[in-house]
Amino acid sequence: MTQLPGLLDTEAIRKDFPILDRVLHDGKKLVYLDNAATSQTPRQVLDVITEYYEQHNANVHRGVHVLAEEATELYEGARDKVAEFINAPSRDEVIFTKNASESLNLVANMLGWADEPYRVDHETEIVITEMEHHSNIVPWQLLSQRTGAKLKWFGLTDDGRLDLSNINEVITEKTKIVSFVLVSNILGTLNPVEAIVRRAQEVGALVLIDASQAAPHMPLDVQALQADFVAFTGHKMCGPTGIGVLWGRQELLEDLPPFLGGGEMIETVSMNSSTYAPAPHKFEAGTPPVSQAIALGAAVDYLTAIGMDKIAQHEHAITEYAVKRLREVPDLRIIGPVTAEDRGAAISFVLGDIHPHDVGQVLDEQGIAVRVGHHCARPVCLRYGIPATTRASFYLYSTPAEVDALVDGLEHVRNFFG
Amino acid sequence: MKLDSMYQEVILDHYKHPHGRGLREGDAEVHHVNPTCGDEITLRVKYDGSRIEDVSYEGQGCSISQASASVLNDLLVGKDLAEARRIQEVFLELMQSKGKLEPDDAMEEVLEDAVAFAGVSKYPARVKCALLSWMAWKDATAQALGEDRESAVRKSA
Repeated sequence: MTQLPGLLDTEAIRKDFPILDRVLHDGKKLVYLDNAATSQTPRQVLDVITEYYEQHNANVHRGVHVLAEEATELYEGARDKVAEFINAPSRDEVIFTKNASESLNLVANMLGWADEPYRVDHETEIVITEMEHHSNIVPWQLLSQRTGAKLKWFGLTDDGRLDLSNINEVITEKTKIVSFVLVSNILGTLNPVEAIVRRAQEVGALVLIDASQAAPHMPLDVQALQADFVAFTGHKMCGPTGIGVLWGRQELLEDLPPFLGGGEMIETVSMNSSTYAPAPHKFEAGTPPVSQAIALGAAVDYLTAIGMDKIAQHEHAITEYAVKRLREVPDLRIIGPVTAEDRGAAISFVLGDIHPHDVGQVLDEQGIAVRVGHHCARPVCLRYGIPATTRASFYLYSTPAEVDALVDGLEHVRNFFG
Repeated sequence: MKLDSMYQEVILDHYKHPHGRGLREGDAEVHHVNPTCGDEITLRVKYDGSRIEDVSYEGQGCSISQASASVLNDLLVGKDLAEARRIQEVFLELMQSKGKLEPDDAMEEVLEDAVAFAGVSKYPARVKCALLSWMAWKDATAQALGEDRESAVRKSA
């Protein structure tokens, strides 16, 4: 078996994930390489969900009974855990949403309805990049269409990096918000935060970072990033679906208007008007995803116990090995950085002229789960002149043997369509 | 092997050697996409009264979507619209059968090579690929013959 420096004890870790023992298609062991789409859930998190529903289930922040108090304590406890996980200065800066898309849409809507100096209108500009997930493109297109603000973006270099050569023309005095992805879900690229944040700060623009593909894989420190908002989702980091996070700087959350109205987010309500609860509750209308938030807290505990540094190191080693092995496959072209430097553990590629859909189907027959398509980042496919890619993405339980299985599987694909 | 039920030799043949591919003159043109995987097709129809004179197409996509367009060209060109519609309906029925429909002789007579797609109907994610060109043809026909013109234009937009 291939031994690489920096690997985690995957044999022990894999025991925490019951699903990884699944056998598919008449005896093929599951090789799960679709972690950028969603990660698997460890028993420690599953147990917390079961225990919550068996012992503590109640609505939060209302009611004086024991269960309501326990549920509230668990829910707010999860907020504490997430705040610590991302080194937030205050727990009140952590807003629970249903996913990263909702977090990004929330910021777009805060700015659309805001007063000066935050207001986005026809005299202002919004900046994104060409490598964004659709969830960080469409909310800004909507905002731009509704306000008349101009939408601009950074293009990409041929090797899958952001082209920042014209940064001073893209981010200008008119820019109100710069929103970009920390690690691309399709290219795997890790973007240079500092250069972008520095320029944004120069012109007084706010910065929103989509950390959906970063939070699960590396230490995330919102203070070090120096952004104004950071968004990510729970189900890509060993948590359940239905829970996302928006972190925002406290003074902004105080100043900016709410988006969704309802229970929970108010202070007082009369038939004529209402006043709002302080953040984060101002942005959490209605019954929140209680069990999901608590389970995300458990996922954070799980990841922290292993250590985000060690997880990052493990994935770097796997990615380096995968890039090397994939480059040995004839006719395979990696879309994105072709080394493991400044990149995450999602690797997109095309295999000759075999359509990714066909690649994925033949791999599936061998028990190998990859993602095929445009990965909700169609502009990237257009940029590189390809209809779609096949994407293998790794996580803390991925092994070199699974990389080998992928490479063998691709050989089989080539023979099948050869 | 289960895969062979999807990737029948007939399908791979049509994929590698598509029939009638390329855009030629037509009465109407539509562009359809399968947003989940990025399959795309541009398709034109040419009618001589109610007879299909030509179905020409250009596209990119997986073997299933491309082979299906080739089979469509084989089956529909030269047919009368009423018969073409019947073929389309039978193909749709087969593709929506979730692998439970075993094509009988009558169906095979109508669908010819297209019965090879029976295995694809077991794979929900791939049914859309197989239907892409057929939906495009239906849409283009509606436009060409001016039926429900507005809705056809909307769909292809």
